[in-house]
Amino acid sequence: MKHLLSAGDLSRDEAVLILDTAEQLLSVAQRPIKKLPTLRGRTIVNLFFEDSTRTRISFEAAAKRLSADVINFSAKGSSVSKGESLKDTALTLQAMGADAVVIRHHASGAPHRLATSEWTKGAVVNAGDGTHEHPTQALLDAFTMRSRLGDLAGKNVTIVGDVLHSRVARSNALLLDTLGANVTLVAPPTLLPVGVETWPVETSYDLDASLEKADAVMMLRVQRERMNASFFPSAREYSRRYGLDVARMNRLPDHAIVLHPGPMNRGMEINADVADSDRSVIVEQVTNGVAVRMAVLYLLLGGATEGETA
Amino acid sequence: MDATDISRALTRITHEILERNRDAEGVVILGIPTRGVELAERIAAKMAEVEGTTIVPGALDVTMYRDDLRLKAPRALEATNVPEDIDGRVVVLVDDVLMSGRTIRAALDALSDLGRPKAVQLAVLVDRGHRELPIRADFVGKNLPTSLAEKVRVRLSGTDGSDDSVSIEGSGA
Amino acid sequence: MSTVIKGARILGGEATDLLIEDGVIMQIGADLTGDETVDATGLIALPGLVDLHTHLREPGREDAETVLTGTQAAARGGFTCVFAMANTEPVADTAGVVEQVWRLGREHGYADVQPIGAVTVGLAGERLAELGAMADSAAQVRVFSDDGKCVSDAVLMRRALEYVKAFDGVIAQHAQEPRLTEGAQMNEGPLSGELGLTGWPAVAEEAIIARDVLLAEHVGSRLHVCHLSTRGSVEIVRWAKSRGIDVTAEVTPHHLLLDDELVRSYDPIYKVNPPLRSKDDVLAVREGLADGTIDIVATDHAPHPMEDKECEWQAAAFGMIGLETALSIVQQTMVDTGALTWERVAEVMSANPARIGRATTHGRPLAVGEPAHVVLYDPTAKRTIEPADTASLSRNTPYAGRELPGRVVATFLAGKPTVLEGKLQ
Repeated sequence: MKHLLSAGDLSRDEAVLILDTAEQLLSVAQRPIKKLPTLRGRTIVNLFFEDSTRTRISFEAAAKRLSADVINFSAKGSSVSKGESLKDTALTLQAMGADAVVIRHHASGAPHRLATSEWTKGAVVNAGDGTHEHPTQALLDAFTMRSRLGDLAGKNVTIVGDVLHSRVARSNALLLDTLGANVTLVAPPTLLPVGVETWPVETSYDLDASLEKADAVMMLRVQRERMNASFFPSAREYSRRYGLDVARMNRLPDHAIVLHPGPMNRGMEINADVADSDRSVIVEQVTNGVAVRMAVLYLLLGGATEGETA
Repeated sequence: MDATDISRALTRITHEILERNRDAEGVVILGIPTRGVELAERIAAKMAEVEGTTIVPGALDVTMYRDDLRLKAPRALEATNVPEDIDGRVVVLVDDVLMSGRTIRAALDALSDLGRPKAVQLAVLVDRGHRELPIRADFVGKNLPTSLAEKVRVRLSGTDGSDDSVSIEGSGA
Repeated sequence: MSTVIKGARILGGEATDLLIEDGVIMQIGADLTGDETVDATGLIALPGLVDLHTHLREPGREDAETVLTGTQAAARGGFTCVFAMANTEPVADTAGVVEQVWRLGREHGYADVQPIGAVTVGLAGERLAELGAMADSAAQVRVFSDDGKCVSDAVLMRRALEYVKAFDGVIAQHAQEPRLTEGAQMNEGPLSGELGLTGWPAVAEEAIIARDVLLAEHVGSRLHVCHLSTRGSVEIVRWAKSRGIDVTAEVTPHHLLLDDELVRSYDPIYKVNPPLRSKDDVLAVREGLADGTIDIVATDHAPHPMEDKECEWQAAAFGMIGLETALSIVQQTMVDTGALTWERVAEVMSANPARIGRATTHGRPLAVGEPAHVVLYDPTAKRTIEPADTASLSRNTPYAGRELPGRVVATFLAGKPTVLEGKLQ
């Protein structure tokens, strides 16, 4: 594994290795010294073209717990906002000796472009690109589900909401399929991408129909702006048809859990009582995020990398 | 070494540990994965038999502390499981083969991130020499002088699914 | 001064000699002699190619292309006449701009440049540009297009179709329903969903073509459909022709060869408008070209500076250069597959585009008394495309590293060689 660009690139063995590694690294957070010397001397750049404080601090914590040097490069207020191209930014980072670039970008495929160009030699980690993918989010979701539900093979996971614009949904659908889970995407037809029938998932327009068999329900963030683009008539109607409220939650099996990648629109796709209920693993997701990202960084940078004798 | 030799060596190590530390009180046995963990379990069991108490051994994965990480592809991590607080305890590290001492160096670093033991002791099944660091074992099952071209192969029933044995392989010459 | 082309196979037929004098083909036959001799043994002679869809970028974006470099690239590709699209800065929406472009082409002498006038002022799609003034200018504009943008307003389109009848003009429509393609990045299909790139649905092209052929029928006008790219579009044009509607259609070389799987690389060198479509669409446009539903191949040569391609997909410009590779792509996709003869290639790349654009001296047969616009082509050659090896100022070819068949050996514009031995003169 040289880069992590898409959850779909991971084989089952690679995905399980990341999850198993994360499981071992989870305990580091409980130790008096929350630090491992593994990536001493490695430089990791957090290259964020889009604001995302939670993802950035999660990667930053992960890198620091592995003793890497972290450079945070936020596009806002930097040379990038003054028109510097991705190419020139990448060349600058390369010249600084970045061993890995964690990139968040509003354009789908930007991490892919960075990884396949000659602009940087380091490992590239996709921290969310446009409406494409967010593989570490999918890994932390899978990790959270696995720790609550056990092996994911044969488990039923329902993902609800704006699948069309959701990088989280894409990555989760691909990864969960790799791990053997049965995924059902539930959304109004306007928010399912054309060609979704070729994805390794079931789709449904009816949330109520998929609740009884669900082992996990993942609610996606729905932006109110979508309403103005006629994806659905009103927030109220959306929430009535596709929101997770207490009545719907009570129809889930007893062991079922509720996930949300955050940030939540309470009252829109998820009801406050649901978000704060025992079934909600939303806070756990955040904790697990650091361990999963540590695992990814360790597996990308912990061993011999290109240019070092293997 | 065959199964009997190994069992005898572990019994002797167990007694030596008890002798050195007077009893099992305040001793934490930590195996270094992979085979060190099984050896630690066996030593703990023997110790419990002698002392008439339960002794829970632990495991200490040192992968993240190794100094040769950049020489190989990244390795999968093994479980770390420290059964109790190690502050003020005597930690006995258990490994199958002692050679360069680098694994033990990594283990000492790992331990210091977990707490401050009163003392750290080292038990190994085989010491084959060729030390690269100033480290020695407190308890040794067998000293096995070898050449660098040779490999010492340890098989344990629990880990390898075969009869216990220690053999020297592939002198090459 | 006279030139003899020795042993050329006209339209791929038997080898013969052509005697050219004063820009005209004087004789065709065996053992001709002249002041100068060009050995064309084994080469195919075609009438000079005509490109109905070229972006020369001048005035305004001389960093990407100029009339000089664009026509040099045209000559190297075997073209003797190019129709320059109107989306320059300023837009070619007045007699002044079109005359300037037309004159530059004549001065440089690498290919005749026939400017295309904008349909609407500033390509804004709001009111008609002075189409008559452009038609009456020295440039004698006959083709009008807002290419790059669609004349999406149905009333405006109807009026434009009607108005240009007065001077035998034609509206060349860039068929793209704007609301259905807001922010569109690639062909809409399973792959756009997977890659998270906003889709450009086939229906956005087909809906406009369907509307326009009905409008053309209603008002009895001539309509030309630019760079048609989908199976549905081919079917609509086929239907329209069967009804006797006066519609012509073009396809680009890249839509004959490339499909949307290339977008997987996220390399914007493959970003073009209309987007690369599915494999099935590629087959459909080949069939359409073979059976005459599609009348012409036009390059949509769209030069862009490297910085507009060396970036993330979404930020990149749409377009590919294509003048110097067009004939090779047509050979590979249509001739080598048996779908077109060289005779038909001469129709779709010379006679038909000249007729649609009313370029009266171009697209003529290679016959005695006709203008000596000739291209000599070696279909047995093979070449690997090297982006730097171009006369264009831009390097945005999607064929870098590909091996393509055929090579333009010589191009004659009115008897004067613009390319000899594969080199610009």
